[in-house]
Amino acid sequence: MISLTPRKEIPLTLTLMTPLVAIALTLVVGAAIFGILGYDPLAALYQFFIAPVSRPYQVADLFVKACPLIIIASGLVFAYRANVWNIGAEGQLILGAMAAGFVALTWPNLPGPVMMPAMIIAGMLGGLAWGMIPALLKTRFNTNEILVSLMLTYVAVLFIDWTVRGPWRDPMSFGFPLTPMYADAALISRVELPGIGRLGQLHWGVAGALIFALAAWFMLSRSILGFQVKVMGDAPRAGRFAGFSPAMVTIMVMGISGGAAGLAGMVEVSANIGQLQPDISFGYGFTAIIVAFLARLNPLAVIIAGLVVALAELGGDSAQIALAMPKVVTGVFKGILLFMLLAGETFNRYHVTFSLPHRARMQGDSDA
Amino acid sequence: MLEDLILTVLMTSVPLVYAATGELIVERSGVLNLGVEGMMLMGAVSAFGIAMVSGSLVLGVIAGGLAGMLTAALFGILVLGFATNQVATGLALTIFGAGLSGLLGAPLIGHAIEGLPVLRIPFLSELPTVGKLVFSHDLMAYGAVILVAAVAYFLKRTRAGLVLRAIGDNHDSAHALGYSVLGVRFMAVLFGGLMAGFGGAYLPLMLTPHWAEGMTAGRGWIALALVVFASWMPWRVLVGALIFGGITIMQLAGQARGWTIPSQFLSMLPYLATIVVLVLISRNREFSLANSPACLGRAFHAGK
Amino acid sequence: MKHLLKGIAVGLAALAVSTGAAMAEPLKVGFLYLGTPGDHGWTYAHELARQKVEAHFGDKVETTFVENVPEGPDAARVTRELANTGHDIIFGTSFGFMDPMLKVSKDFPEVKFEHITGYKRSANMATGNIRFYEGRYVQGIVAGMMTKTNKIGYIAPFPIPEAYQGLNAFAIGMREANPDAEIMVIWANTWEDPVKEADAAKVLVAQGADVMAQHTDTPAMLQIAEKAGLHGFGQASDMKKFAPNAQLFSSVNDWSHYYIEKIQQVMDGTWSTGEGPDHWAGNTWKGMADDYLVLSAFENMPADVKAAAEKAAAKIEGGYNIFTGPIKDNKGNVVVKAGEALNDGTLWSDIFFYAEGIQGEMPG
Repeated sequence: MISLTPRKEIPLTLTLMTPLVAIALTLVVGAAIFGILGYDPLAALYQFFIAPVSRPYQVADLFVKACPLIIIASGLVFAYRANVWNIGAEGQLILGAMAAGFVALTWPNLPGPVMMPAMIIAGMLGGLAWGMIPALLKTRFNTNEILVSLMLTYVAVLFIDWTVRGPWRDPMSFGFPLTPMYADAALISRVELPGIGRLGQLHWGVAGALIFALAAWFMLSRSILGFQVKVMGDAPRAGRFAGFSPAMVTIMVMGISGGAAGLAGMVEVSANIGQLQPDISFGYGFTAIIVAFLARLNPLAVIIAGLVVALAELGGDSAQIALAMPKVVTGVFKGILLFMLLAGETFNRYHVTFSLPHRARMQGDSDA
Repeated sequence: MLEDLILTVLMTSVPLVYAATGELIVERSGVLNLGVEGMMLMGAVSAFGIAMVSGSLVLGVIAGGLAGMLTAALFGILVLGFATNQVATGLALTIFGAGLSGLLGAPLIGHAIEGLPVLRIPFLSELPTVGKLVFSHDLMAYGAVILVAAVAYFLKRTRAGLVLRAIGDNHDSAHALGYSVLGVRFMAVLFGGLMAGFGGAYLPLMLTPHWAEGMTAGRGWIALALVVFASWMPWRVLVGALIFGGITIMQLAGQARGWTIPSQFLSMLPYLATIVVLVLISRNREFSLANSPACLGRAFHAGK
Repeated sequence: MKHLLKGIAVGLAALAVSTGAAMAEPLKVGFLYLGTPGDHGWTYAHELARQKVEAHFGDKVETTFVENVPEGPDAARVTRELANTGHDIIFGTSFGFMDPMLKVSKDFPEVKFEHITGYKRSANMATGNIRFYEGRYVQGIVAGMMTKTNKIGYIAPFPIPEAYQGLNAFAIGMREANPDAEIMVIWANTWEDPVKEADAAKVLVAQGADVMAQHTDTPAMLQIAEKAGLHGFGQASDMKKFAPNAQLFSSVNDWSHYYIEKIQQVMDGTWSTGEGPDHWAGNTWKGMADDYLVLSAFENMPADVKAAAEKAAAKIEGGYNIFTGPIKDNKGNVVVKAGEALNDGTLWSDIFFYAEGIQGEMPG
């Protein structure tokens, strides 16, 4: 049996140590699995963690891959800190991408300085609107936002599917489910530095994502809103005494997290795809949930967690190319990594003691 | 002809009934396991593998259930033992289950087996219409109905069921009364895994007797929606599964007859209906208190 | 920044060295797969072809494949990764890789790109495809002769030109053999979802179909046919194992000829995109005559049906254009006039109709 006693304060060393220990354990378990499957364990680990970042352009790729995760998770942090469980970021991302796509496709001739801000705003509003549905249903009818936001994700997936196969389909696409390509003004350009040139596929959306995470951190730690969010999450009763409205906080955090997901959708399409298609997200909205938790709901840590998760993804590809390791192994490895990191987090929050079953039970009883 | 269509609806609903009924028990105990898809895949691959190697479908079904249960145990240890976040852990479980099932299933690809035989109940199955619809199924289909009845009885009429619901509604007071919150929840999680494994097993043993990577194709997520649609009531899971299955088959049958409604809108209906159901039961406070587990998704540790 | 700059320079130098060295070393060939070889359908066929490439060239090639590549930015990244790791020719085996590969091809003028089933080409990106519809014409003839209910079930994937080519070729063959037969179509809106395909097959059986064809990739439909004692056709690879009594034959995709041809051209330095003034000339599009499409053994059918199937196959191998007018749609309008025929260009643009014998309305 395992018994947990909450820590009053979390020592900084522990905060830093637990993820490292979790990753180290994953490496050991991963190496064992690779060995059993007949791969050279060290070569496999090299492909997963070192090879994907061994060249500068690959580091840029890593940031590109992490970009939507960082944006979405930075928004989700607000919701989760306030104990509002938005797990529909995937759907909000899709609606954001569609709203931005609507602007890009309806007014393709807008000049760049108008187009980009209009698309950013549309993207955020699209995601926000989709997030408002569970928020309003929760505040008005007390429905469970986990379930409503999840249901709305299914609806969003079907909605974009219909749109790109039906009304928004490019007449020149021979029936393939693709919208026309966006005009150049609607595309987020690659970062190009004077004297250096392009940095791989690095695009300005990545800079936006980092700024977004910083802004989220600032808002959460320094603003009144952040304070309200944290109070409502940690001690709702105290929050009500202080005059904060739980309904208002719910709406705010669903709006922020939905808007962030919508923005991520807009950035992903404008920077990397350039048109709408049935699949635009590949589960970023769900992966970002894991990222937010790995980051312990801290927007600065979200940047690191987003990069770690993105690395596991890229590592899977490089292991396939270099070692012909099937993609499913990546799934297993990623699952173990996430389990370890999530369990590691527990050692951070609690004193964990292992004991024989009946002793643990007695201890549990005496605790209560 | 209509009978055959209805029969198809019934069959396509069976895995949903298993997985959703299992998840219903899990959620009633106050735990949300989003890893149903991963557990179903583990159940599917193990069931097919064991059935192929042993030649016994019964062993296959058992293996599928056990594999689902083992996968769920991993979730249970993390979420209950280590108090990790349920949503994140459930999502990770789906990633893990999809990967591991693909890995285990690689050598099974390209093989076929004989599916489960249909058990025609003597005399009764000879009846017109009813005979075909009610008395001519495979063992697992009959099992699904028995399962729902048993779970309904368990929740409503047994002491253990009462304890389970009490823990889902208020873990702190259940704990104060001396019940082992984590112990009961762990059992519920294992049960959920067992049922998800059975549901998964039905796909390669009965619906389409071969293994394909990721063959659940989102049915685990539908099972999750179904639990809510059923407002955590076992019999409604059965009804809901028939509605979900019915809409799927209706789209296909409608197309074969030349309907032109975009299939995406029909597919949306069950999810929208689920939201409506959720609103209706949530605004009725009494009803909502009676059925929806108040502690759903919240971590528990003694001494909080 | 200076370090970064240096890093890029080193990276580029390493790249130059690796491409230079490639002359003496085996030719590196990369493949992008949409699914996994375990689908026993589309990707499996590509995997078999890759293995044939290795068997044919031996030490002269080194092949790599990446499976489960999503159709979006990841496809671009993986393609770029293959190009960066010294692959000389890269085959992308799904339509959705088109735009990502096109983008990457412009950054790597030295590397040859081959895109399967698409229509966009560049200076160093060629396209190739198989005339899948030829096999479906033969299927149509066999189905028309085999059916007793005069109802044929057809599971289609997405409403794209390839699917319409197949469906209409099937209908034309079927009506040549049996003017009373009708096709019920279900658009599964998936390439691969065994349970959904099985459901669709059951629905078709429930509505009276006794012969079924599929353009989706798993053996699920054939297994349903086997269980119901009916007949059907396999897709992409030989599916006899799954339905020994039900399978009439499978249209088997053999990509190896295409791959071997193109790889040989790279070795000889004769590789080109073949693009001419006529846009469609650039698309390598071959079928039964060149063994790109192979029909598995004709089985489970009476001798006269088998003879008719063999005759039809020979006719196609002799260069017969199935889409020769007059062709009517299912409302009686003439869509291809007598004396005219669809060509490689119009087979993409003017194929959106339901030929006579197909029930219902087109989707969308």
